[in-house]
Amino acid sequence: MQKSLDYLNLDELYSEEEILFRDTVKSFVYDEVSPIIDEYYQKGIYPVELTPKLAELGIFGITVPTEYGGAGANYTMYGLAMQELERGDSAIRSFASVQNSLVMYPILKYANEELKSKWLPKLANGTAIGCFGLTEPDYGSNPSGMITNAVETESGYLLNGAKMWITNGTVADIAVVWAKLDGVVNGFLVEKGTKGFSAPEMKGKYSLRASVTSELIFQDCEIPKENRLNVVGLRGPLSCLSQARFGIAYGAVGAALSVYESALEYSKTRIQFDKPIASFQLVQQKLVYMMNEITKAQLINYRLGRLMDEQRALPQQISLAKRNNVEIALESARLAREIHGANGILGEYPVMRHAANLESVKTYEGTNDIHTLILGQDITGFSAFA
Amino acid sequence: MNILVCISRVPDTATKVIIGSDGKSIDPKGVKYILNPYDELALEEALRLREKNGGNVTAITVGTAEATETLRNALAMGADNAVLVKGDEPADSYSVAVNLADYAKKMNPDVIFLGKQSVDFDSLQLPSMLAEILGLPSISVVSKLTIDGTNVSAERDIEGGKEVVSTTLPCVISAQKGLNDPRYPKLPDIMKAKKKPIEEIASNNLDARTVVHKMEIPLKERKAKILGDSVQDIEMLVTLLHEDAKVI
Repeated sequence: MQKSLDYLNLDELYSEEEILFRDTVKSFVYDEVSPIIDEYYQKGIYPVELTPKLAELGIFGITVPTEYGGAGANYTMYGLAMQELERGDSAIRSFASVQNSLVMYPILKYANEELKSKWLPKLANGTAIGCFGLTEPDYGSNPSGMITNAVETESGYLLNGAKMWITNGTVADIAVVWAKLDGVVNGFLVEKGTKGFSAPEMKGKYSLRASVTSELIFQDCEIPKENRLNVVGLRGPLSCLSQARFGIAYGAVGAALSVYESALEYSKTRIQFDKPIASFQLVQQKLVYMMNEITKAQLINYRLGRLMDEQRALPQQISLAKRNNVEIALESARLAREIHGANGILGEYPVMRHAANLESVKTYEGTNDIHTLILGQDITGFSAFA
Repeated sequence: MNILVCISRVPDTATKVIIGSDGKSIDPKGVKYILNPYDELALEEALRLREKNGGNVTAITVGTAEATETLRNALAMGADNAVLVKGDEPADSYSVAVNLADYAKKMNPDVIFLGKQSVDFDSLQLPSMLAEILGLPSISVVSKLTIDGTNVSAERDIEGGKEVVSTTLPCVISAQKGLNDPRYPKLPDIMKAKKKPIEEIASNNLDARTVVHKMEIPLKERKAKILGDSVQDIEMLVTLLHEDAKVI
């Protein structure tokens, strides 16, 4: 495998084990994901055979303590793993993001000891899959308006409502679901097979085709008392999203590296007017734009990773990274598509697939626009959300 | 069962090698270094043997301080101990063999594994030299191995076929593709490897018995022409065969 773009020698800043894990995931993706992913993408199926292999590598529960089956590694290692998974495909990274940040994280942070011991080891070894239900058909950027609600009963809670755009909903053994209890957002763990709970798969996507996307439907769904998470208000789900968005900031760089490296290689071997197209000014301009923007995104990620490791990262800093990195990754994918000419639309090259995936990544986990407003609010003191 | 695995740090096989300014070494700038792929096979075989029979696996390398990352990789794959015979960049295969043999004499392993060659200089000398210095039997280029008690049976790749060879422990085995499918280091093991110590011993920086004078990279030229079945291409083919190749 070729050494990846590292224009400012950032590898020198990462530790031996961070590099070793990143390169291990990179080799895994090269051997196991890249050769098969196009076929799955075209068919619109998630490659289930990857799940136990990912678990064996230690992809699930990267930052979770070892006593719960995790690896007890730092956030930087989590980020680097997401980068390499998304170099393969955003669907694989999304799977790992959800399992780590949106399911294992809230269980570790907000569930009782019994639920932690019951679920975390299984989620870590891949025998259980999780999903995260926050978004609703009519409440995306505005989650505080959610309709899904819980009512307290003698034995627990009765859940009613519907969630949409839920990665892995259909295949999940456990769902972390956010619903209003007395008008305040609360979190609940809903097990597969609970009466009144169903999760049909959404079809017809032109993006993230190798990922399972679902609806979650709750009709008088009975939840035991102890399955309510110990966190109140929107800060519960938002704390999970901060974790996931951090992983996306790294992941987007993986997709960007994939399209950049493909475009660079292609431009050096594609001959037009008797010369490699890499020798033409307009092609060089596109390649330099990509290289330069990826280098800046790598710097943002390195710094943000260290802030995460020191537990000092602010949500708005994570917004900056997610917003910037996904945007430049999508722009790079579009430029790479142009450099590849007609070949760029073929599954033989990864660029069109990444471009289509990144369209989703740009608007999920906080749209680009919402992250702009988070940053706008932070620097001006004025909220422009509504 | 005590197993010694000799490993080396080599440039990634996809590296576009650039010759250094002295004209006789590789410019390390921008080169990604990895565990030699044939040594991965050797280490994997050692780990499987330990998993079956118990014992421990020691990974050893001769080189500079940078080689600790390669040893760390071996520890993360599952080696129990790691040894760095630290010194200058080894002068040649013989100096590596002498250093490895010095350690092996103290350790007395039941079996020594190496890759059949390192993908950097490809001199293919080390396994045989090491076995010779230690006075041990050696089977090279092994693609299938069975060890039962002290009986060793190995399949070797030979030109156009296979050969089955047997010997007894202790011995030296060099690994060829097909021997196994090396595992990826798992994250929990990478975290554990971080805490394992790497033993350092000083190398006897032997004088080189062989000396590199010059390295060069062959020029790549586009020599072939691709022609289709269009009228112009057929005319071009006839012209080329007539004027360049002078065969018609």
